[in-house]
Order: sequence, then structure tokens, then C-alpha cells
Amino acid sequence: MYRYDEFDARFVAERVEQFRGQVARRLSGELTEDQFKPLRLMNGLYLQLHAYMLRVAVPYGTMSAKQLRMQAHIARKYDKGYGHFTTRQNIQFNWPRLVDVPDILADLASVEMHAIQTSGNCIRNVTADHFAGAAADEIEDPRPIAEIIRQWSSLHPEFSYLPRKFKIAVSGSPHDRAALKFHDMAIEIVRNDKGETGYKVLVGGGMGRTPYIGYVVGEFVAKQDILAFLEAVMRVYNEQGRRDNIYKARIKILANALGPDEMRRQAMVEFEEIKKSGTLQVPQEEIDRIDSYFMPPVFETLSDEMPKGGSEFENWVKTNVSKHRAPGYAIATISLKPIGGVPGDATAEQMDAIADLMDQFGLAEIRVSHEQNLVLPHARKRDLPAIHSRLKELGLATPNAGLITDIIACPGLDYCDLANARSIPIAQKISERFADLDRQHNIGELKIKISGCINACGHHHAGHIGILGVDKKGIEFYQLQLGGSGAEDASIGEILGPGFGKDEIADAVERVIGAYLDLRHDGERFLDTYRRVGIVPFKNVAYQEDLHAAY
Amino acid sequence: MPMAAPVPQMLTANRLKDGDVLYWKAGGWVEALKDGDVFAEAAPADAALAEAQSFVTGNVVVNPYLFDVRVDANGIHPVKEREIIRAAGPSVRDDLGKQALDPSLKPVKPTPARIVPAKDTDVSI
Repeated sequence: MYRYDEFDARFVAERVEQFRGQVARRLSGELTEDQFKPLRLMNGLYLQLHAYMLRVAVPYGTMSAKQLRMQAHIARKYDKGYGHFTTRQNIQFNWPRLVDVPDILADLASVEMHAIQTSGNCIRNVTADHFAGAAADEIEDPRPIAEIIRQWSSLHPEFSYLPRKFKIAVSGSPHDRAALKFHDMAIEIVRNDKGETGYKVLVGGGMGRTPYIGYVVGEFVAKQDILAFLEAVMRVYNEQGRRDNIYKARIKILANALGPDEMRRQAMVEFEEIKKSGTLQVPQEEIDRIDSYFMPPVFETLSDEMPKGGSEFENWVKTNVSKHRAPGYAIATISLKPIGGVPGDATAEQMDAIADLMDQFGLAEIRVSHEQNLVLPHARKRDLPAIHSRLKELGLATPNAGLITDIIACPGLDYCDLANARSIPIAQKISERFADLDRQHNIGELKIKISGCINACGHHHAGHIGILGVDKKGIEFYQLQLGGSGAEDASIGEILGPGFGKDEIADAVERVIGAYLDLRHDGERFLDTYRRVGIVPFKNVAYQEDLHAAY
Repeated sequence: MPMAAPVPQMLTANRLKDGDVLYWKAGGWVEALKDGDVFAEAAPADAALAEAQSFVTGNVVVNPYLFDVRVDANGIHPVKEREIIRAAGPSVRDDLGKQALDPSLKPVKPTPARIVPAKDTDVSI
């Protein structure tokens, strides 16, 4: 894992003390709320529906056991005993007191973490494939470039007041587990004909009110040129991104307006200018230095056979264990989606226990996935029965990764000041409706994603089945969208029609699933069937009960 | 054509130091919706909102605003789901928020309201 150097440590410590002073000045009245709000947002502190909310950055989704224990400590000491893992691989605490936040940030700094740039119109925490460094299909671990981007973009003076927030994702695999095409900018590590690795750069993706799928702006950017290239694209955005309309301020709007050819042309003009100065060339020794922090553990020579462990274990392996690059090892997904639970929530006790489990089995890292689960990237296969057994004791062994009950849901109106409707209760209802594991396996891979407002934190546009909560005169309604995908075959879901009431939406989903089971060909996932037959058969059954209330 | 009766309103804000949800009552703030003032007409509601600004400049609360309620024999009911949840706590965790301290809020159960007269007369709703 990356370790702070002297500069990082000093910078974060100074930032904590700076914020401590800002909080003191706010409480004394020296700063007004209008003056203080941008300062607290720069430190990840929001004011939500019930209380303040602190969003802590988990860089590229990677944490050590020590860092995970710190989240448990914060949850226990300053919050209400739990944390919420988000679709941007962060963790949020929903109940901190303003007066405690400087101490929380100091505690985070003690384990090399912070909440900087988890809000505001800046480059946000860089997200990564949660299987990075472990996936069997990976070309290279994408986290070193994520760390280089983190260092480049932290407090970058040119990009601290962008037209709007800016989200970057990275992946080193052809199979996209990081929703690259839905990010403002994304980097995929690719290999050229000469066998060299470089970066494919995408731009202009996004969800929210106006979803777009990103396009390629750089087919193969050399490693030493990547920061110059990213900065070139950022300059095009910073100069021309709209600042007059918040709904048109993201780079996706500019990228769509310019089109791929013009965006590439303008980016290349900036790139050549930056290259002339030579200041943004990444030296090989620096690349090597950062790479060294992300060296995988020394893998033992182990049997690649999956141990026996009974039917519950085998069901868990079927969905929650993925192929590792090293024989004898596996990637284990810890589902934070217990049947009827709150997606992404983990108690302090669970986080502590997982950290203990990491120590017990020599697992140095844990990952947060954008699908709101946790991942043990380098588990020995021989340890999996014991790991599963312990996770089961902790209520964390739900065997549903990638199945219909592995639902992404934003906090929604239960917590969020921006939300129009609740997300979590809808996820809970659907989860309970499809709790039967045989039924889940029969349905197969199915990604339901729920957002409580058009901002789309729950990624509903990219759901095989997406659900968007809307408000109609104070009453919650839910729109269904079908056919979205956040993977390498990215697509934006199509709206089915009028919304359903909160007591009708689970029934509508069930009817859609029923239609899929009737229509599917052998081996087809829901998404495959949808793409083959289109929306009409699903529309016909979704509304057949005539129970919905159109809005 | 007769004018529609005004919708009763309450005044809410968040406490600066901890973010807790507060409700206006008689020139100050209380933590429970059931204890807050209900304004039957717009004028006293607007006056309270104006008065609340002194608590903003005094660094006690942030973001004061009015919201609609219904009042009946059983008490106060926020009109919008948002304010129902805000008054009680997350609907998915009844151990959190104000409902954790007041079981009557699981789910939000209305209680008798204190009505602020719009004018110097008796007002019944």
C-alpha cells in the first residue's frame, strides 16, 4: 500500500489544524455560514437531513486493517456505531458533531487518511477497479496511476475551482468493474502491438440529470505523458465548461457539445503546449517508486484446488469468490447486502472483526467496491472455509455478489438533503422479495441500482434494472429503467414509463423479472434478453396490474 | 371565489454545533416537532422566520426555513415525506434520530399541537 511521505504527512496534518481553526472561528462567529460552507465542503463535511455528514476518502478503495479499525473507532466514538460505504468507494459517517470533526480528521490523519476533496468542484477521490492487483484478467495494477493522479490533483491550484465536480476512475483490466464509461474522465491500462503498456483515456461520461457514455480521447497515451495529457483535457474543460448553469457544468455536456474529434483536437493542442515545457513528464524513477508501494504480496506456491466446506460455503464461493491471478489464491467479496439490510452499511463491530480477520489470515488490504461491498483481494483458497465461517458469524457471508439482492442504493431521503425519495426501503423490499437463494441463482446476474434523486448517486442509469425515486407533491414515486450497464458494454437504461408508488415498485420489478424468465434463451442474463427483445415485452407486463399511479 | 385557507407552517433549522434538527417555539428552539409552534397564517410564520435570523447571525442555528404541516385532533403532521423523516429519523433505523429517544415517533405519531394565534383572537383548526 502507498505510505505517506514527509510531504503528505505534513500537508494532511496542517490541513487538520487549519480546519480546527476554521471550525473554532465559525463557532465563535468570526466566520459566517456562507464563508464557512465552502471550507467545510473542501474537508468533506456536509449538512444533511438530520445532522452533519463526513465523507472520508478511501483512495482507490484500498484500506489496511489499521485504517479499517480507525473507521470503526470513529463510528463508535464520534458517530452512532456504523459507517456507510458509498458508490465512490468512500465511507460516510452520518451523525458527527461539528465540534468533533477536527478530532475525527486528526484521527484519520494518524492512519494516513483524510476527507479532502470528497466534495466541491474539484477532482474527487480517484476510484479504481476493486479487484486491482489481484484480477486474473488484469494487464497491470491501476492503483499506481491512481496514486499519481491523487498527488497531481490534490490542491492543484488550477483545478480547485472547476466548473463542477470531476470524477476519475482507473482500471487495468479489459473487463470493466469500475464503471469507467460513466466517469468524467477514465483511464484504462492497455497494451499496444509492441507489447508496451499505456493508457486509454476516456472523457465525458456521467450520470445525473443528463447521462452520457464517455468516449475515447486518447487511444494510447505513454506512461510518462499521462499527467500532461490529463492536464490538457482539464484545461479544455476549465476554459470552456459552462459556469452559468449548474446542470450543464459537467464535462459531459462540453464533451458532447464539442464531439470526439474537436475534443481530441483541442486536447492535443493543449497537450503539445504542456509537453513543450516538459514540467509534467512523470520520471520513470517516480513511476517505479510509486509502483513499489503496490507490489502484490509474495504469493506462496499453493494448491489451486478449492477446498470443501459444505453447501453454504459452496454457494458463497459460487458468487462471492472470483478468480485470482495467482494459483491457490482467490478474491473474496464480503457482501454488505444482507437480505433486508441497508446496502453499504457496516457496524463498528463488523469493521473491527473484519480487521481482525485480515490480521488472522495475513491479508494486508481490503477494498471498498463501488457496488458497496468489501473485497479481500488476496485470500488463500485454503483459508476460504475459515474466512467464510467467520464472516457468517458476523452476518457478512450473504452469498449474493452480482445477484438480484446485491443492490446498490444511495442513502436517499432517509439521510440525504438532496433526495426526493427513499432508496433504502425499496432495496430492502426487493431484497426480501427475492431472498430465496435458488430463485436468485435461477435469475442469474442482475444489477439493480436505486437512486433517490436525479443526481444518480445510486447509479440507476447503469442498472440492468434502474430505479429512480421522484417526488410528486410530497409523495414518493419510482421510475423503472431497463437495460443499463456500467461494465465494458456500457449502456444507459431506458425509462419504462410512468412511475410506481412505493408499495408497487417491488411488484413491478417482480413482473419484469417474470417476463425475463419467460423470454430468456439458454445462457442469457437479464441484460442479454433485454437487449435482444427490447423494452416492449417488459413494459407490457410491468403495467399489467394497472395499479400504478402515473405522475 | 373564496380564498383557500392558508396551510399551517412550522419553522425549522439545524443547530450549528452538532447539526441537530430544531423547531421554533416562542422565540427560541426546541428539539421535537411536537413541541414546536404551528403558525396558522403566513404573517406570524414570516415574522418568526425573520426573528430566527438573529439566531443565524448569533451562530446558534443554520438554514432556517418554513415547512407545511397539517394539524388535526391527533396533532401535527408534516405534509412532505422529507419533513416526516427529518422529524423522526431514518425510516429504516428506528434506533437513530429523534425517534430513538421518543418512541411515539416510531413511526411519527402526531401529538397535540400548540397553536400560535394568527391574530389576537382564538384560532381553532
